[in-house]
Amino acid sequence: MLTNPLTKNIGPENIAADIERYRESGGYRGWSKALEMAPGDIVKMVQDGGLRGRGGAGFNTGLKWSFVPRGADSPSIKYLVCNADEMEPGTFKDRLLMERDPHLLIEGMAIAAYAIGAHTAYIFIRGEYHLAAERLEQAIDEARQEGLLGNSIRGTEFSLEIFVHRSAGNYICGEETALLNALEGKRAVPRAKPPFPQVSGLWGKPTVVNNVETLCNIPNLIEHGIDWYRSLGRGEDAGSKLFGVSGRVKNPGTWELPMGTPIREIIEQHAGGMCDGYQLKGFLPGGGSTDFLGPDHLDLPMDYDVIGKAGSRMGTGTIIVLDDHTCPVGLVLNLTRFFARESCGWCTPCRDGLPWAVQILERLENGEGVPEDLDLLREQARRMGPGNTFCALAPGAAEPIQSALKLFEQDFIDHVMHGCCPFEKVAEASAAV
Amino acid sequence: MTSMIEPEVVELMERSNKHPSTAEAQLTEAEIEEIEREFSRYEDKASVGLEALRIVQKHRGWISDETLRAVSNFLQIPVAQLESVATYFQLIFRQPVGKEVILLCKSASCWIMGCSRLQQKLQNKLQIAPGQTTADGIFTLLETPCLGDCDKAPVMMVGEEMHRNLTDESIDKIIENKKAHHADQSPD
Ligand SMILES: Cc1cc2nc3c(=O)[nH]c(=O)nc-3n(C[C@H](O)[C@H](O)[C@H](O)COP(=O)(O)O)c2cc1C
Ligand code: SF4
Ligand code: FES
Repeated sequence: MLTNPLTKNIGPENIAADIERYRESGGYRGWSKALEMAPGDIVKMVQDGGLRGRGGAGFNTGLKWSFVPRGADSPSIKYLVCNADEMEPGTFKDRLLMERDPHLLIEGMAIAAYAIGAHTAYIFIRGEYHLAAERLEQAIDEARQEGLLGNSIRGTEFSLEIFVHRSAGNYICGEETALLNALEGKRAVPRAKPPFPQVSGLWGKPTVVNNVETLCNIPNLIEHGIDWYRSLGRGEDAGSKLFGVSGRVKNPGTWELPMGTPIREIIEQHAGGMCDGYQLKGFLPGGGSTDFLGPDHLDLPMDYDVIGKAGSRMGTGTIIVLDDHTCPVGLVLNLTRFFARESCGWCTPCRDGLPWAVQILERLENGEGVPEDLDLLREQARRMGPGNTFCALAPGAAEPIQSALKLFEQDFIDHVMHGCCPFEKVAEASAAV
Repeated sequence: MTSMIEPEVVELMERSNKHPSTAEAQLTEAEIEEIEREFSRYEDKASVGLEALRIVQKHRGWISDETLRAVSNFLQIPVAQLESVATYFQLIFRQPVGKEVILLCKSASCWIMGCSRLQQKLQNKLQIAPGQTTADGIFTLLETPCLGDCDKAPVMMVGEEMHRNLTDESIDKIIENKKAHHADQSPD
């Protein structure tokens, strides 16, 4: 039984599977099957398969598609957009899929476009991913030559063009409504929701935005069916997922594993455990905008709701490990600087709150903090929280801050008490020996 | 009340108010051809703004005020609208940059793996701070968010190439190789 649908064509060498290689392993069978199905049945199948968005929020993909108006009196133009802006600190999964098996994404997009009735689709890719963009363009050409894209595909009435749109380095473009503004050639500030993009998105037309990895799940789900797809997961959630680990572990990397794989297994088995002389102090389970969890949480399975109940988010599923030689205040400062820099400036808690939080954290890290700073920082994080801002950037930025203040409170206090960063002291002392 | 605007910006504004630049730059045929190819992919011309800026930057290295005006004329969109896009993206350069733009990742995983120390090393070697260009005009150093290669941290990009698992030695080698490459290319 196929257990690694996302990475079955990915070998150790940094080459892309071309269309021949892709077809040998069953490629484009899902697309052929989909073309014989009614679009509505595909939507239903994806919904029942239990695929949840891999871009961070974990929304049921089929359910999202079902909000697109259909039928004779619905708008004739609809769009599909693949979100390939991957810029969340500590996230390195979509790059792998696009560089090494570009046809998987193209096939997933073709099926998704057919299901929602879109004839034009865009891949919105971050500007730094030159190789991925080139390989995707090549894959699109190959698929067109074989009549898998273009006009009247396989003798049906369905036509589809896929275009690669290169962005130019801006995290907020990953937020789906900011992304739509960027595609329209506007300054990429987020839009008010509702209306949701499924009803009024790109150029005011119904639009679905999905993450790269989400779309890569589609071809095999359609080909092998719901039961197979659900059985891939080990816990509550269906399917497999790319999990990654970075930080001071022996074997950092990305692996396709069942949903619901315990965190301990990912970090200790696949990532080889901590480097010699280092202990795990905590970790961000799904990228820079998720709450820290601690050693007590290592036995949790990586399922959306389980991680949610533990007080964090599965996010992108790429784990950043914090070791016991690295200063948590410094790490939170690093993350908060990133979010402050990437804020679009639209709303006050984000535009002003983030630089303020950076100032407090700088003060603490430099040993100039006062005890009240901890509460001030907590208050800032609360103000940036859900419901106070236009988009999810600021609430995401608040997550590592608020959780670090809980989990590593003693480290924050030590910075104030010692009037310096204790971790730097230790590093200096060991460097001097 | 003190001004919130940085002194360099005030200076720039004063200068451009006194001597508004009226020079008209033209797009080249090659640039126009590439931009026109993009038109068919979007619903309207205005949507091609970023693509057009990128295409022109590829040919010219950066986007000057004159270039910006030329692109906005060509696309028939207001300069201010195009400028609001141009200044939004860190990979659109509104100032001259060196032949090799170094994007050094400063995000979480690279920070844990020691990018700050490597940055010091790089700055000492090149004798520039982030945002600056070396005296020989070869390198510009920029700090960048996560480059999506965090399992191989610390990383940086030079031009379109990724360099992974950076060490003091590998940084030396990368810089020396690039210097040699550009020395070979300079005419004399
Ligand atoms: C600030 C911000 C940045 C985001 N960046 C990305 C991104 O780079 N890639 C991505 O797929 N989703 C990103 N998202 C989530 C998207 O808004 C959206 O939820 C996602 O693309 C939907 O796809 P999915 O349902 O397939 O997960 C981001 C969200 C926010 C608020
Ligand atoms: S939360 Fe931040 S990034 Fe999002 S709209 Fe407000 S200012 Fe912009
Ligand atoms: S944090 Fe540097 S590549 Fe991701």
